[in-house]
Amino acid sequence: MSVSDSASRPLPVLKPKDFATDQEVRWCPGCGDYSILAQTRKVLAEAGVPREKYVFVSGIGCSSRFPYYMETYGFHSIHGRAPAIATGVKIANPDLQVWVATGDGDGLSIGGNHFIHVMRRNVGLKILLFNNRIYGLTKGQYSPTSEFGKRTKSSPFGSIDNPINPICMAIAAEATFVARTIDADVKGMVDVVRRAAEHKGTAFVEIYQDCNVYNHDAFHFANDKATRPDNTLCLEHGKPMIFGKDRDRGIRLNGTHPVVVELGKGVEADGLLIHDERAPEPTLAYLLSRMHWPEFPEPMGVFRAIEADTYEDLLDRQIHAARERLGAGDLERLFNSGEKWEVK
Amino acid sequence: MTSNTTGRPDGTAKVEQVRSATIRFAGDSGDGMQLAGTQFTNTSAIFGNDVATLPDYPAEIRAPAGTLAGVSGFQINISDEDIYTPGDRVDALIAMNPAALKANVKDLMDGGHLILNTDEFTTANLAKARYASNPLEDGSLEHFRVCQVPITSHTIDAVKDLGLARRDAERCKNFYALGLVCWLYDRPLEPTLDWIRDKFSSRTEILGANSLALRAGYNFGETAEMFAVRFRVEPASLPPGTYRNLTGNQAMAMGLATAAIRADKTLFYASYPITPASDILHELAAMKHFGVKTFQAEDEIAAMTAVLGASFAGALAVTGTSGPGMALKQEAIGLGVMAELPCVIVNVQRGGPSTGLPTKTEQADLWQAVLGRNSECPVPVLAASSASDCFDTAIEAFRIAVKYMTPVILLTDGYIGNSSEPWRIRSVDELPTIEIHHWTDPTTFKPYLRNEFGSRPWAIPGTPGLQHRIGGLEKDVDGNVCYEPENHQRMVNERQSKVDGIATDIPDQDVHGDATGDLLVVGWGGTYGAITAAVNRVRAQGKRVSSIHLRYLRPMPRNLGTVLRSFKRILVPELNLGQLLLLLRGDYLVDATGLNKVQGKPFLVSEIEDGINKTLAQAGGEQP
Repeated sequence: MSVSDSASRPLPVLKPKDFATDQEVRWCPGCGDYSILAQTRKVLAEAGVPREKYVFVSGIGCSSRFPYYMETYGFHSIHGRAPAIATGVKIANPDLQVWVATGDGDGLSIGGNHFIHVMRRNVGLKILLFNNRIYGLTKGQYSPTSEFGKRTKSSPFGSIDNPINPICMAIAAEATFVARTIDADVKGMVDVVRRAAEHKGTAFVEIYQDCNVYNHDAFHFANDKATRPDNTLCLEHGKPMIFGKDRDRGIRLNGTHPVVVELGKGVEADGLLIHDERAPEPTLAYLLSRMHWPEFPEPMGVFRAIEADTYEDLLDRQIHAARERLGAGDLERLFNSGEKWEVK
Repeated sequence: MTSNTTGRPDGTAKVEQVRSATIRFAGDSGDGMQLAGTQFTNTSAIFGNDVATLPDYPAEIRAPAGTLAGVSGFQINISDEDIYTPGDRVDALIAMNPAALKANVKDLMDGGHLILNTDEFTTANLAKARYASNPLEDGSLEHFRVCQVPITSHTIDAVKDLGLARRDAERCKNFYALGLVCWLYDRPLEPTLDWIRDKFSSRTEILGANSLALRAGYNFGETAEMFAVRFRVEPASLPPGTYRNLTGNQAMAMGLATAAIRADKTLFYASYPITPASDILHELAAMKHFGVKTFQAEDEIAAMTAVLGASFAGALAVTGTSGPGMALKQEAIGLGVMAELPCVIVNVQRGGPSTGLPTKTEQADLWQAVLGRNSECPVPVLAASSASDCFDTAIEAFRIAVKYMTPVILLTDGYIGNSSEPWRIRSVDELPTIEIHHWTDPTTFKPYLRNEFGSRPWAIPGTPGLQHRIGGLEKDVDGNVCYEPENHQRMVNERQSKVDGIATDIPDQDVHGDATGDLLVVGWGGTYGAITAAVNRVRAQGKRVSSIHLRYLRPMPRNLGTVLRSFKRILVPELNLGQLLLLLRGDYLVDATGLNKVQGKPFLVSEIEDGINKTLAQAGGEQP
């Protein structure tokens, strides 16, 4: 069902502020969410899609207030269920651009099941997961991405939960687009969010987000512009994996293990791992997802981006095929099917 | 059973004319008893009888063969007049093994026909059924008309020329049993032969074997001289029309699809497999050519929340489930109430709590439907009264959902979901249309601006200029989050009065029988047949008893208080411990009494008749 015929109208010329609502943004001063909001508005303004075609769906948590600040259609729902609600929106009207804003607690703990299933189905949703490794809205309990041993109000002697790795989970769930960025890197985030917006199928973006009230140190290694080049690896499709302020270090495979090597001294760029986001098998993406600072530079950018049929397209194709085979559904014929008899 | 016996011209078995008969096929869950029962039902319906059925199958797909846990049964009541239930007592029981005999013989009436597959009465099978002695020999069955037939070996003999493996040959024995019962009740074989030809057209040896087995069973009845009489039930005089058989779940699927077509909308059905509701998903999944979009969700919560998403996007959205799944959906139903989104939630109730009795019927989710969410969370609740009524109630549920922008809960149960009855085939023109208005004007739009029915606008994504945000947090009329005390009070009141106001948009409660009297029997849901039959019986005895059957449980019809107060006594039969009873007492301050049963089975007519007579006797005893 197409609600409005966008083809007949000129493409809108929009600015980021056209996506602002009249609502006061109420995240804590200094919260990483402000950057995510700004970069998302920027990407959408450039996309040439009218505002009424967007639906932002969220669950519960700080991240899930996102729809109130976007001048689009929005649904701030219940804890963990945003991917399932968004699936219903997208199936009912595939013409819509459906985005999900979620957090590490919302998306990976209470909503972990939907997180997996939406990805294996490849529903055409863009999922922004604000990962601050803490429960912020409930004032500071450890989250499913908090590190082992983390001391919080609910884990005064240290958390004994092993953390979830969201990128690993997305890859294991056969996500067709998997990326990571960080709130402090404006350009990097715009690139990644734009790529997600253009992807057909489920696009998953993990955003390292600073909760400056309850977990300010979580991503200190990557927040600072000065040290970021040394501590992160910017993934570029088809390019060797080189990092460092002086671009003098790289990632090479030693057997099946990645190792950090210094360039020169007998190691050349062509001996390094070459990034391939389009590899049909997700082996390389998985290997990258296991690399963490400080042993490795933490990979940022697009881990995986492959083409595959979307759920909504497959469903529409089934409907078309059924109509071709059986003819368009006819109630009289349906009522009169099967064995029947006449009473006079 | 009134009867009229005449000798047959050929001098063999006499044909006894009976008004109605109740037949039960029972065997191992792998013995094909559901199929034999369904075919017998269809044959009888085509013949023109009124029919009512009660499938009874175990929760285990294939419990160990020959055990009591694995017994599967299918009961059919056929009649030459309007009938309401699958029958209280069984006139003829077909037991394919000792376990089937043991589990079912208590329902067979004295003098009833008992057809036993003697091949299965081995020492091992008797032990599995926990028989201390062989009932074929110990005299315990002597008050029945026992017909010992080696059904398995007869079947194998009948198909031996086709060269099937023994196991495949043996599997035809349900058709042998069906053939024998068709002879006993003077039914033609042609409808079943046609069905076999259609079903097994690509597997000729199975087609041949099943046909041979069916004929062999029939011919055995004809030639064995084992049966002194056979029975005939004449066609019933149903209202004129063309009929077909439908189970409640089939009627539900058809009603949902019809509602969407009559509303010119896409039907979105999201569901997680659960007994006994899964058949609705199966039916709708096969209706893709109607544009029906089915979504088998990862869990009950995803099914419910996907429904909310689809409703937000403008589809007619519905989910189906049963008790435990309903419990999981409740938080999301609350979100639907808060966001004021139209959708329908079908609960095919089963025995509980928890996993309970997955394949057995119960009516104990009424409180869950009415009261089952956090805070003040009103939801209209409807209940279908019979298999065919599921069709009309589905359409009515959607009418209310879209007109009042609200989730609507539709209760059915395992009994009416799985049982079948004749459905008069409608012409599409006689069905109601459902009118839907989507808001399009940006100048006057407010997300919670209410119309004369108290409903907010349904403004769907894609409509230019109507961008707005909905959600679980309390909102003001402009759709913004609002924690103001007065605003919350107003919104709680408005949500409640919107649902209460539906009472002005539903029919007054009609009374079966006289408008006043000594006793009013009040029912809802799948007990309709048993209550109506029981009330007809006592009215025929001159008793001043009437009944009402509530389709609308929230809100209830406006005249209900007046109806209740027009009778000296009120009896409320329910397959729970008194859930409607509490609502009636609470809402109307009436001194109603409950008649309650929770055995996973529908009421027998006689149980309700007894309840009525006891209540009347108590009332009589109190008089000075």
